[in-house]
Amino acid sequence: METHFIVHDKADSVGVMVVENAQAGQDLTGWIMETDETITLKALDAVPLGHKIALCDFKPGDTVLKYGHDVGRTVAVIAKGDHVHVHNMKTKRW
Amino acid sequence: MGPYQFFGYRRENGRVGIRNHVVILPLDDLSNAAAEAVANNIKGTLALPHAYGRLQFGEDLELHFRTLIGTGANPNVAACVVIGIEPSWTGRIVDGIAKTGKPVAGFAIEGNGDISTIANASRKAFEFVQWASEKQREPCSIDELFVSTKCGESDTTSGLASCPTVGNLIDKLDPLRATTCFGETSELTGAEAVCASRAATKDVSDRFLEVFRAYQAVIERHKTSDLSESQPTKGNISGGLTTIEEKAFGNLQKIGKNAKFIDVLKPAEAPAKGPGLYYMDTSSAAAECVTLQAAAGFVVHLFPTGQGNVIGNPIEPVIKLTANPKTARTMGEHIDLDVSGILRRELTMDQAGDQLIDIMLRTCNGRLTCAEALGHREFVMTKLYQSA
Repeated sequence: METHFIVHDKADSVGVMVVENAQAGQDLTGWIMETDETITLKALDAVPLGHKIALCDFKPGDTVLKYGHDVGRTVAVIAKGDHVHVHNMKTKRW
Repeated sequence: MGPYQFFGYRRENGRVGIRNHVVILPLDDLSNAAAEAVANNIKGTLALPHAYGRLQFGEDLELHFRTLIGTGANPNVAACVVIGIEPSWTGRIVDGIAKTGKPVAGFAIEGNGDISTIANASRKAFEFVQWASEKQREPCSIDELFVSTKCGESDTTSGLASCPTVGNLIDKLDPLRATTCFGETSELTGAEAVCASRAATKDVSDRFLEVFRAYQAVIERHKTSDLSESQPTKGNISGGLTTIEEKAFGNLQKIGKNAKFIDVLKPAEAPAKGPGLYYMDTSSAAAECVTLQAAAGFVVHLFPTGQGNVIGNPIEPVIKLTANPKTARTMGEHIDLDVSGILRRELTMDQAGDQLIDIMLRTCNGRLTCAEALGHREFVMTKLYQSA
């Protein structure tokens, strides 16, 4: 079965797309590296290769977890399956 | 000899190189023209032009000297001709390199002019290059190898696969007493506490955090925004990286899961505590970082890239790996190792690490890297502040 996205850590709230042409509405298969689990998710956006997809719903100001660690905060409402990037997520530093 | 060995050049001071360059090293910007003329006259020599060396002072001047002396002293350099505008500082570089025992000679331009300086330096370079060309490679063991790493134009595939591949290599070579180095102080922002926990002792951890905080102070003093187009870069962002914290955790995958770093090095400072993993305080700009690591004596470099950074270094071969299938496809001539199979679950991290060890040893044995074959020779001095 093709893996569409990879998740570093079981605790993470985003995954990373590893295929080039995923479409909005597509049912995606993900692999959690830490635990070697397979999960599924419906994409709400066409998320490009290397970009992040939300694994849960977020409110503005929520912390985003990747590698099991805090990698920034959301600045918009984000639904599970949405594209997560500079339009809805920012650094907590600098 | 252990499980891994390679054929290198053993230098007068016992250090091992994997290349056999005769370098024509300018002390300062003014001497670039003469250095390049000598390298044009004498085939098989390599000029290293750069932008600085005048009116520097204090720690910035010390770094300038340390970088130039370290470059000439690197075991990938068989012999070195130094050219400077005046004899005193030229002599300081020559004396520093001479401590290795390798052939080195200095020439000053003032009172002589470019033309006779070029003639005299060319005669010495001619002698050095014929001497160096008779050097033979001999069997060397992995505990004699100095390996540096730094990533560039990273994207999320770097953190998923190409940086952890370097980490897998570090975890395999650290118990075999290789000497390894990572840096990129600003690109540890967000992951600094996790990085500090990887120090071998509390003292090393404290010194790392002190260096980290000093770099943060520089950024705070000069920034005009949240650096959201510099760190992460435009390339990082198009590759899917959103924040510096996310980039930092990807970066840190390069030191693997087990190795502890045993010392904190100043920029271009040679490791002095024996085999092990070292952290060096460097900029995260690729050419600046690799130039500093080469000046500290590292002889082979591992460079994971996501979006396709094309950097090389004149004296330290830079091996590039990527896990981004698009980069591997569209920029194949820059990629020494494609580990995108990890993302398709066709390749395990352990297999990828073994493949990286294999390509590294082949590079040590003489295989030209993509960057070498394409003529990438980015030699970029780090400058700490304005000249006087």
